[in-house]
Amino acid sequence: MSNLDKLHAAFVEALDVDPSGITDSYSYGDDKWDSVAHMALVVSIEAQFDIMMETDDVIDLSSVGKAKEILAKYGIIV
Amino acid sequence: MESSFNLKGKIAIVTGATRGIGWSCAKVLAKNGMTVIINGVSDNNMLNQRVDELKELYGVESEGYLFDVSDSNAVKDCYNNIFKKYKRLDVLVNNAGIMIDALIPMISNEMLDKILDVNIKGAIYNLQYASRLMGRNKSGSIINISSIIGRFGNEGQTVYSASKAALIGITMSAAKELAPQNIRVNAVAPGIIQTDLIKNYAADKTMKLRDSIKMKRIGTPEDISNTVLFLSSSLSEYVTGQVIGVDGGMLI
Repeated sequence: MSNLDKLHAAFVEALDVDPSGITDSYSYGDDKWDSVAHMALVVSIEAQFDIMMETDDVIDLSSVGKAKEILAKYGIIV
Repeated sequence: MESSFNLKGKIAIVTGATRGIGWSCAKVLAKNGMTVIINGVSDNNMLNQRVDELKELYGVESEGYLFDVSDSNAVKDCYNNIFKKYKRLDVLVNNAGIMIDALIPMISNEMLDKILDVNIKGAIYNLQYASRLMGRNKSGSIINISSIIGRFGNEGQTVYSASKAALIGITMSAAKELAPQNIRVNAVAPGIIQTDLIKNYAADKTMKLRDSIKMKRIGTPEDISNTVLFLSSSLSEYVTGQVIGVDGGMLI
């Protein structure tokens, strides 16, 4: 599974969204990505990539594009 | 016989675990087969000794981490290590705390910051990282050690009571937020317990305290850790957002 597939899988698992809707611009506050789901999303991304994010990164995780930037900090290129 | 607590092989962290209630919690969880990670703040020799005791007494894995729970970077490092080594966490006992008494005019800014930093911020830092590790398995139990003082107050303990009341608020909010992840959050509110915190009380004060308790005895750390064991275990798997007073009927 590619890193992009893993990232999509994390969003699908945590937010139960259609994979076709997971574009870079899909953001916090959009359909199904609310404050409660955010926690599940963080957990799902961490599990997919076997990392533990800094709290600041959890707070900054505001879009799919931003998720890719954050993952790059952990050496994961999506 | 298999223990009904269903804790064997699971991972726990207990903060403030070298003495008193924290140490008792570490022992009871280890006794039931958990790998127990313990935290202390100042005495590395004591921490290492406690780790050795857990290993020798109960044949479980144990590690010690020396840090101040109000140091967010140190908390993060601890959980990063837990993540790297165990990939999971099942129980957090948020026990680390300090008690400093002062009448209202005598509360210094320094004292206020210290108590709130350790008792509130420290608990929240641990809650943040622990819940993320627990979320991976959609399972976990967080137990905050509050106090009867946090529910009913006590003269000379305005700051301490504020910090312990905060733990009750934290428990309620976190329980609601984390329930969808199947992470339970509860608090234990001890009454008067025989620990280092009260060992220097004058005899007449101790006697008055004992007389105020319906069961006419001062509690032991084991009275608290047995409740923590219940809340850690699958016996309490439908219990969340509760504050359990363990006080010998002090306030009924």
